Amino acid sequence: MLNYTLRRLLFAIPTLIVISFIIFAILALAPSDPTGNLPLTIPAEVREKIRIALGLGEPLPIRYLKWLQQFFINEPLHAIEQMFGFSFGGGEARTRVVSFATRGPVMDTIMERMPQTLWVVGLSYVVGILIAVPIGVISAYKQYSWFDQVGTFVSMVGFSVPTFFTGPLLIVIFSVQLGWFPSVYDTTLEVNSLGTFWQQIKQMIMPVTVLAFYNAAQISRFMRASMLDNLSQDYVRTARAKGMSEKVVILTHVLRNSLIPVVTVIALGIPTIFSGAIITEQIFRVNGLGQLLIIGIQGADIPMVQTLTFMFAVLIVLFNLIADIVYGLLDPRIRYD
Amino acid sequence: MRKLKTLVLATAAASCFAATAAQAERGSAGQLNIVYWQAASILNPFLSGGTKDIDASSLILEPLANYRPDGSMDPTLAEEIPTVENGGVAADLRSITWKLKKGVTWSDGSAFTANDVVFSANYCMHPEGGCNAASNFADVESVEALDDHTVRVNFSVAKPFPYGPFVGATSPVIQEAQFKDCMGAKAPECSEANFGPIGTGPFKVNEFRANDVITYTANENYRDPNQPAFATAVFKGGGDAASAARSVLETGEFDYAWNLQVEPEILSQMEAAGKGKVVSAFGTSVERLMVQLTNPDPALGDLRGTVEGGPHPFLSDINVRKALSLAIDRQILVDAGYGPAGQVTCNVLPAPAIYASTANDACKTQDIDAANKLLDDAGWAKGGDGIRAKDGVRLSILYQTSTNSVRQGTQALIKQMWSQIGVETELRNIDAAVFFGGDQSSPDTFQKFFADIEMYTNNFDGTDPEAYMGNWVCSEIPSPANQWIGNNMPRFCSEEYDALSKEMAQTASLEDRAAMAKKMNDMLMQEYVMIPLIHRGRVSAHSNKLGNVELNPWDSELAYAEEWTR
Repeated sequence: MLNYTLRRLLFAIPTLIVISFIIFAILALAPSDPTGNLPLTIPAEVREKIRIALGLGEPLPIRYLKWLQQFFINEPLHAIEQMFGFSFGGGEARTRVVSFATRGPVMDTIMERMPQTLWVVGLSYVVGILIAVPIGVISAYKQYSWFDQVGTFVSMVGFSVPTFFTGPLLIVIFSVQLGWFPSVYDTTLEVNSLGTFWQQIKQMIMPVTVLAFYNAAQISRFMRASMLDNLSQDYVRTARAKGMSEKVVILTHVLRNSLIPVVTVIALGIPTIFSGAIITEQIFRVNGLGQLLIIGIQGADIPMVQTLTFMFAVLIVLFNLIADIVYGLLDPRIRYD
Repeated sequence: MRKLKTLVLATAAASCFAATAAQAERGSAGQLNIVYWQAASILNPFLSGGTKDIDASSLILEPLANYRPDGSMDPTLAEEIPTVENGGVAADLRSITWKLKKGVTWSDGSAFTANDVVFSANYCMHPEGGCNAASNFADVESVEALDDHTVRVNFSVAKPFPYGPFVGATSPVIQEAQFKDCMGAKAPECSEANFGPIGTGPFKVNEFRANDVITYTANENYRDPNQPAFATAVFKGGGDAASAARSVLETGEFDYAWNLQVEPEILSQMEAAGKGKVVSAFGTSVERLMVQLTNPDPALGDLRGTVEGGPHPFLSDINVRKALSLAIDRQILVDAGYGPAGQVTCNVLPAPAIYASTANDACKTQDIDAANKLLDDAGWAKGGDGIRAKDGVRLSILYQTSTNSVRQGTQALIKQMWSQIGVETELRNIDAAVFFGGDQSSPDTFQKFFADIEMYTNNFDGTDPEAYMGNWVCSEIPSPANQWIGNNMPRFCSEEYDALSKEMAQTASLEDRAAMAKKMNDMLMQEYVMIPLIHRGRVSAHSNKLGNVELNPWDSELAYAEEWTR
């Protein structure tokens, strides 16, 4: 298993380098311009100077190599220095990846936003799974019952109604009409008492609900299908014939086997937590990574978009690997060596 | 919890003393909540030209003078506005001397002096800095401190309007002590200073989160002991214009929302909730059609869209251009897409009032019959498909603009209006970052203008139109020779116009300048090289609880936030 993991990790390196180059090339070739959104009162000569000050005057290969150096050498060194408080020396000369829009290090902004995304989007994912697995199990166990019918209907609605519709809908009902929850996520809120904790819960309810609804719809369908496959297997009949209780049959035998494909779906979905729910974050003004990405794209903030997209690529490669390893843990028959 | 408590207390206090609100002491009105649907990225306006960044920093940094909502200049850090009459502007118009207010301190308590002003100029004029306000410092030869409270700006040419440097929120004064190691190429490295500039304004930065939110606290060293009325301020960014409007007009979570480009009927619906009001004010922005006078035919290769490529097959005929203008019902465009944010206009130079011409007002009414007659008389006859043609040239127009739902609505309406005079229109929209971007390799920029008609809005900073009217001289025509940098999109070229532009640069008298600007505007209008459509205003919304607030179309909307009350 260890051997396999190491081999996969080594293979990941050339894959990621190719991905980073493709991302860079796409962004560099896109006819987008960081000065494009400035007011027209700023004349073209000034814009040209701004572009040169941003480093866009240099040829493409140099810009790519610079980014590689900044991302793979300078940023890790800086992170280590920050963490352990010592200096490698020459820190002045090491430039970090700097955003075009903020002129500040991209990584600082990303780290500042990570907690919000993990909290809101991550929590909605957990809530989604917690709702979806029982619904999937019960729907399959009582196939074609009214519970299954309602569950199927709700899943279909959750899956097909986009978050840009459910988000404003919840705002109109719960913020405008009822006035229960704030429509704008207050990112400066510090949780240091019961009162602020309650405020934090209140402002998280709507974005988490919107996303959890969407995630749960998807996962519960997988769960149901997988349970149905397993319920008709011979080993289930054997287990029942041996006189095991329904609880043991369902939860110990069928559920464990049915989880294998669902785990893949869940694991492959985790990188999307980091990439944030772009639209939902935008609607509720949650200052997560998704919102950062969309602002970066709109403003042609190439270093920001490049770094974020590449980090997502790393996460996707990583979680593919994790999904494969978790298979082995769930099903001892699966061996990679 | 504490924040909630102060809020409750402040609201209670505000309602008790509502009558004396204008005289309230500093910090008595609690928290000011501002929402901009574009989030601020940086608080150094020299490094960003984005309105959101300039407005956010205008709560902290101040220039020597600001524009009032009525367009007049008002001294901020200066004692008075220098003019030729009071001796502040030299008789040869080559220098301006600013006297600074005495006793002003930065928010860290240190004294504000003339050296800071000189430093700010040098910071922006540094060749490697990529300063966004560089055009404010055009023709500045040097800036020198005569004593601690007097600054002289020397120009290399006579400047009849010397109020470029240090007037308006785009070119404020930054603190020398804080930025002295951040000159030129080092500017981006000073994140800490760029995210938290020390200023002389009513607020100082408490916390800055790039592309998200800024919290401010009142500057205890602010020169007026009773201002600002608010103890803290929050500048929240992100989202979209409609939800920003909702948070002020319907839920009341915010006090002020900026730039609400939302369909007019949605805005008036929200306003009906009674929590706030929508306000608009008109500056110099005009949504206009630019007419391509050169040939954009792709078959021309490198000569496409250049003067060398020859004139446009049909738009070089003034009758066609005039007919296109006559056929447009501008009032419908305003009602459909702009509402309170738009007015019909027939000028590219619609304001300030002394510059606004009345010679072209006929365009305000649509006249399809006159347009048809004009085309008939000029020999453009309708073919079997209802499209006019002459000598094998069909009146078929490619009409491009940036991607934006209001613009696409306008495009569709105009296409329909032009179909009534036998003109066929193909619509195209291009992402704003590409259209307004300067990418040399892209064929879709507004400078290259590889289309027949293009539509966008332009305006000018401040109240002086000299530089703006200078956009349409021959030397401003974009071409491969100048890397397509130039503002004369129609490729209009007239000796008379160029001469007027030169003359204006040497004229000091306001009346003469106004007469020249009007004449230039009329030349452009009567040649129909640009077809103005809508005079666009700023539209914002503020809570009914906010007092003493007036929308400022000439400067940062927050330039006078120190005067706001609850």
